[in-house]
Amino acid sequence: MKTKIIRILIIGFGNIGGGVAEVISRKKENIAKKQGLVLKIVGIADLKGVIINKNGLSEEDIRKFKTGEKIEKTRDLNIIKEIEHEVMVEATPTNIENGEPGLTHIIAALESNRHVVTSNKGPLALEYKRLMDLAAERGKEIRFGATVGGSLPIISLVKDNLASNGIISIKGILNGTCNYILTRMAEQGLPYEHVLKEAQELGIAESDPSKDVEGIDTAVKLVILANSVFDRDVSYKDVQITGIKDITSEALEMADEAGYAIKLLGEVNKGGCLKVAPRLVPKDNPLNVRGTLNVVTIKTDLAGNITILGKGAGPIETASAILSDILGIYKHNNENDFII
Amino acid sequence: MKISLDIELKDIPGQLILALKPISDFGGNIKTVLHQRDKKTPSGRIPVQIVFEIEESKLARLVERLKEGDVNVARVGKERLKESMVVLLIGHIVHTDIGDTINSVDSTGFAEVVELSLSMPGIEKKSSALFTLSAIAKEELKKALDILKEIAKKKGILVISSI
Ligand SMILES: NC(=O)c1ccc[n+]([C@@H]2O[C@H](COP(=O)([O-])OP(=O)(O)OC[C@H]3O[C@@H](n4cnc5c(N)ncnc54)[C@H](OP(=O)(O)O)[C@@H]3O)[C@@H](O)[C@H]2O)c1
Repeated sequence: MKTKIIRILIIGFGNIGGGVAEVISRKKENIAKKQGLVLKIVGIADLKGVIINKNGLSEEDIRKFKTGEKIEKTRDLNIIKEIEHEVMVEATPTNIENGEPGLTHIIAALESNRHVVTSNKGPLALEYKRLMDLAAERGKEIRFGATVGGSLPIISLVKDNLASNGIISIKGILNGTCNYILTRMAEQGLPYEHVLKEAQELGIAESDPSKDVEGIDTAVKLVILANSVFDRDVSYKDVQITGIKDITSEALEMADEAGYAIKLLGEVNKGGCLKVAPRLVPKDNPLNVRGTLNVVTIKTDLAGNITILGKGAGPIETASAILSDILGIYKHNNENDFII
Repeated sequence: MKISLDIELKDIPGQLILALKPISDFGGNIKTVLHQRDKKTPSGRIPVQIVFEIEESKLARLVERLKEGDVNVARVGKERLKESMVVLLIGHIVHTDIGDTINSVDSTGFAEVVELSLSMPGIEKKSSALFTLSAIAKEELKKALDILKEIAKKKGILVISSI
């Protein structure tokens, strides 16, 4: 088998960036053997600085970068242009006001003829069309499976495996924090505030939980699905959003007695529907999943309903989606990228 | 008495009036007319469902009159609500006049609130109400839910509907 080297630059080295380095380290031998792709991380950058080795960073280098022992204190993003690489992984924090800094990173990468794989929702939710157009113009790919549902392969399932189908709607739970809170409230009869605090202590909810509990995070993911799966041209402001803060344990109990769970669902179709709201889900419906799990039901015209569930977040789970996207780029084409 | 009448009309102009005129002649108060153009009968007629209020004593004569006037009467019955969904309200439901909230749906003539149960944990606390919202057809059910949502929004009540 011909061996091909894929050089990767990681921008943003927190949970997810670190997770990507970890899964590459775990899987690279296997990938080289099975797919003939040699993955090399040639650079990492975060707010603290950068580390670069054009022949590939060793695991020791990466560890030292993480601990701060070996770091070049520069924040010069020219590295995206100057360091030769094939795929830029963008994993900086999501910003839904203006998409930055991710938006600038992604544009710089595409303009420098790199493929882009990202878990960062902001740029996709705000500038989907512009980024797709730029990628097409450059003959490069931008893949973003990790932005929606973490490990769940929603976008690749729809685009690849379900390619023969028209997609009628997608509906599901896209925020593990809300699902955890509602599940605990329902099962233990505990009030919202109490469970929220518990979730924060467990690291399931952030110290500022508003993006999750107000339904904003779900809305942003829904926008990405609307634009990518349904070819709509919508932004976060077009979503009708209701969060979970007003749900009481009494209401959950009442729903339970009537055979329902309350879940925060996002729902999008090719027509006008684009909304996030708590809904009554019959207990025997596949969307009724517990804890931090995410789940979506994809309604198709040929295959009927298809439901997938799994972990919607977590460094390794999300990194698995990023790695799958990297490999996906090299599955069919892009021969001319390779260095032999 | 509220009556739901299923009739079948020929697919030519001017047929609906054949059915509506007798109803009003007998003092009936028409609430809704559902013209189901997309659901033709095997004989090519168009099913129409009419919901109206009428004095019970006049109903039999009305049906006679309709039949004389070339209207196929398929079914006469107390109004039947075919579509339904479960709805949960959370908020200060009682203090914001639950009667008025329910009435906003019931007064449509095509939908109503049934099997309501209430949970009121305490005076200052938010209460919850769970009920079934029923309507004569899917579209009407959606309309009723929208009406409910609008009035609930004004009253600061959260509406959670079933999928
Ligand atoms: N966590 C999940 O489970 C999950 C799941 C799906 C998607 N995502 C998305 O993935 C992205 C990363 O999430 P995360 O959990 O890894 O966040 P995180 O732990 O906060 O990491 C963010 C990283 O980005 C770096 N950074 C911030 N601004 C930067 C800049 N201007 N230039 C370069 N680096 C910059 C930060 O550097 P410092 O450390 O120096 O501050 C940090 O290393 C987010 O967009 C998130 O929404 C996360």
